[in-house]
Amino acid sequence: MKNDQNTIIRYTPSERANHWVSAITFILLALSGLALFHPAFYPLTQFFGGGVWTRILHPFIGIVMAISFSIMFSSFRQLNVMTPADREWLGHVREIAAGNERNMPESGKFNGGQKVVFRLMVSCMVLLILSGIVIWRSYFAFMFPRAVIRLSSVVHAVSATIMIAVIMFHIYAGIWTKESIDAMLYGRVRRAWAKQHHAAWFRQMTGGK
Amino acid sequence: MALQSLDITRRSATTIPSPSQRQTPEVAKLIDISKCIGCKACQVACMEWNDTRDVVGTNHGVLDNPMDLSENSWTVMRYAEVQTDRGLEWLIRKDGCMHCANPGCLKSCPAPGAIVQYSNGIVDFHEENCIGCGYCITGCPFNIPRLSNKDSKVYKCTLCSDRVAVGLEPACVKTCPTGAIVFGTKEDMLHHAEGRIADLKSRGFADAGIYDPKGVGGTHVMYVLQHADRPALYCGLPKDPSIGAMVGLWKGAAKPLASFALAAGALGAFLHYVTKGPNKVSEEIEKEFENEK
Repeated sequence: MKNDQNTIIRYTPSERANHWVSAITFILLALSGLALFHPAFYPLTQFFGGGVWTRILHPFIGIVMAISFSIMFSSFRQLNVMTPADREWLGHVREIAAGNERNMPESGKFNGGQKVVFRLMVSCMVLLILSGIVIWRSYFAFMFPRAVIRLSSVVHAVSATIMIAVIMFHIYAGIWTKESIDAMLYGRVRRAWAKQHHAAWFRQMTGGK
Repeated sequence: MALQSLDITRRSATTIPSPSQRQTPEVAKLIDISKCIGCKACQVACMEWNDTRDVVGTNHGVLDNPMDLSENSWTVMRYAEVQTDRGLEWLIRKDGCMHCANPGCLKSCPAPGAIVQYSNGIVDFHEENCIGCGYCITGCPFNIPRLSNKDSKVYKCTLCSDRVAVGLEPACVKTCPTGAIVFGTKEDMLHHAEGRIADLKSRGFADAGIYDPKGVGGTHVMYVLQHADRPALYCGLPKDPSIGAMVGLWKGAAKPLASFALAAGALGAFLHYVTKGPNKVSEEIEKEFENEK
């Protein structure tokens, strides 16, 4: 695909590598976090070497994701500014979910839905990092009063649930929209794909051809 | 250790019933503050029976020693000098786990079986299952559990569950020289407290009463207070302790709601895929690019 004239670069190698660092750490965080959230998920601690290791590893994996996610945030921040066309796109979101794209306004590199996902992820990550520091018993929790720790425990659980739901949606969107995962795996997408899903970006990249 | 002679009412992070075939009577320790002389024999007995040794601390210029509970000091005497309408009063409270009927530590604990409540009411930590997360510290309304730096496990008063299991009273009760600490069934202890309160009232302590806070379902360690209307006088004993809305939400509604929401989301996505089909590049656009070649 690399030498194919019909493809356009969508993500650089460093963007892809960093995205997958975030993705892998997120999966590990979700599994270990759920294990400590509900007894039904406690057996997931076996993937991490038992309950104690799960408790030890979770926050350190969190640091890796926080760094990786911050880099991703700074490289995609400007591409995720909401425009009037994105708002219109979001107004037609039911149609695209039903498989009808005729009335959808042209999207830039990211469409309105992707920008909403971006915002939700960033908000959840900020809350998760801040509350996670407060409830990290080994190093930080002793600095905070109990009321703050209790609030942070709730904030961590709620924002993690929203984050997991948003990521599930994000993964599903990648499965549902055929070929979009190629962009994150190999960096390139077909011109036809770009015109279909991100027409404004397609024009910007190719001058309309 | 789970003692076979003590059946289990509740087990942390467990959604199925615990072994609870037999019922043992609820026990309670009653601490009569008006009888306490602050000798700390209970602290010594606790360390001796449980074989814990705290580090030698420093003198802070007060009688409190050690200054706080620790993983090795499961009970400490707290000394308060307060001005009341009776003049200067010395209120000495033996602090330690209250063994709540509705324990915040057990509710918060994510490790199955790390905290259990026996049918006799004793709340016990099973350190072999403890993962050291400190959630019990977050959930406790009385600020009791202490995390050890040595092994990252939490420790607190066991109400001498090992002694109680074989029909003995806790070590602190056994040693108390004034009879300020008594132990028996909760029913008997409440009855005993009534007599003590009547006596205190007859001696001018109009607000004498029992401390058995209902916000945590009652406790299996109770106090007779000279000033039951103002528990805060006794080194900040909380007036109306409870598990609290935040811990209730975190460990209550949030767990099933979040699990259900995520499962529903996953099912919804799958159903969307099989009913609406994948989102492919349209034939129209594919043709357009084929012609270009």
